[in-house]
Amino acid sequence: MKEASSNSERVLLITGASRGVGKHLVEHYLAKGYNVVGCSRVASRLEHKRYLHFQVDVSDEAGVKRMLAEITRTYRRLDVLINNAGIASMNHVLLTPLQVARNIMETNFIGTFLLCREAAKVMKRRGFGRIVNLASVAAPLKLEGEAVYAASKAAVISFTQIIAKELATFGITVNAVGPTPIQTDLIKAVPQEKIERLVRSQAIQRLGELRDVANVIDFFIQPESDFITGQVVYLGGV
Amino acid sequence: MEDERIREAIYRAVDETNEQLPKGRQLEKSPESVLFGKGGQLDSLGLVGFIVEVEQKIEEEFGVSITLADERAMSQKNSPFLTLGALARYVSTLMKEDEGSL
Repeated sequence: MKEASSNSERVLLITGASRGVGKHLVEHYLAKGYNVVGCSRVASRLEHKRYLHFQVDVSDEAGVKRMLAEITRTYRRLDVLINNAGIASMNHVLLTPLQVARNIMETNFIGTFLLCREAAKVMKRRGFGRIVNLASVAAPLKLEGEAVYAASKAAVISFTQIIAKELATFGITVNAVGPTPIQTDLIKAVPQEKIERLVRSQAIQRLGELRDVANVIDFFIQPESDFITGQVVYLGGV
Repeated sequence: MEDERIREAIYRAVDETNEQLPKGRQLEKSPESVLFGKGGQLDSLGLVGFIVEVEQKIEEEFGVSITLADERAMSQKNSPFLTLGALARYVSTLMKEDEGSL
């Protein structure tokens, strides 16, 4: 189904909106005229007439449900969900605390699951929705030192591909973008030498930029992409 | 009184679901109306959509968010999704528990 709405009517929800890729995406889609809803565990300093922020942990079921109920009350619709919230922790498996593993799975996978489930319930009513999840090249490259992070992203990838089938009948597409390292807080603790080695394994050998991620998401969410679902696009030729 | 409001909310979900169903397979608004399985009007995907509709109608009517398809519902011997009457009773049970936990 084609969507005839203009950007000024569309409502787009971005998780992990307070910094890094999420913050950039908020600014990118505000500039394109969307109504943007962001959420993060911390408050936002951004003030914009078309921006609404929720302070919520994506792995908190009650909090996520409250947020989606509020979005429905305010806008009566949700067009796009970008599941960007993610955490990482570089560690050898023998030195990975259980709580760290749990936290990564909770935010990266459970958070994605909860947001997809609740957002799809709202999208289903209008028979239109675009969901974009954040994967990572850590999964296909099987990066040492990132076993739990890569496993959480592998879970997101399988989840994306399967719910794409389950939600297709409701007019909802589900895709994922897999960024290479981008200079954000997520990789600030990763040794420079390791980042360089990773970049050398890409077909196009440079760090990713925020605009690279936005470009793929732009493609997935445009109305003309209604025949594209269950796809994972990795940046840099991974 | 509350049971009446639950039934009406469920019937509003029936109205919305019927808009998607072909003429000969409309859900009847009665407690005995079979949803799924033998004699039921919904296929498995139709049931998923209907359950989500009911959750939304209950939220609109009562301002509470319930999850119908929880572990307990899935493991019950007599499915709460078999008939509209069974579903209404299950919603009522969930809402009473919700009040108790406030």
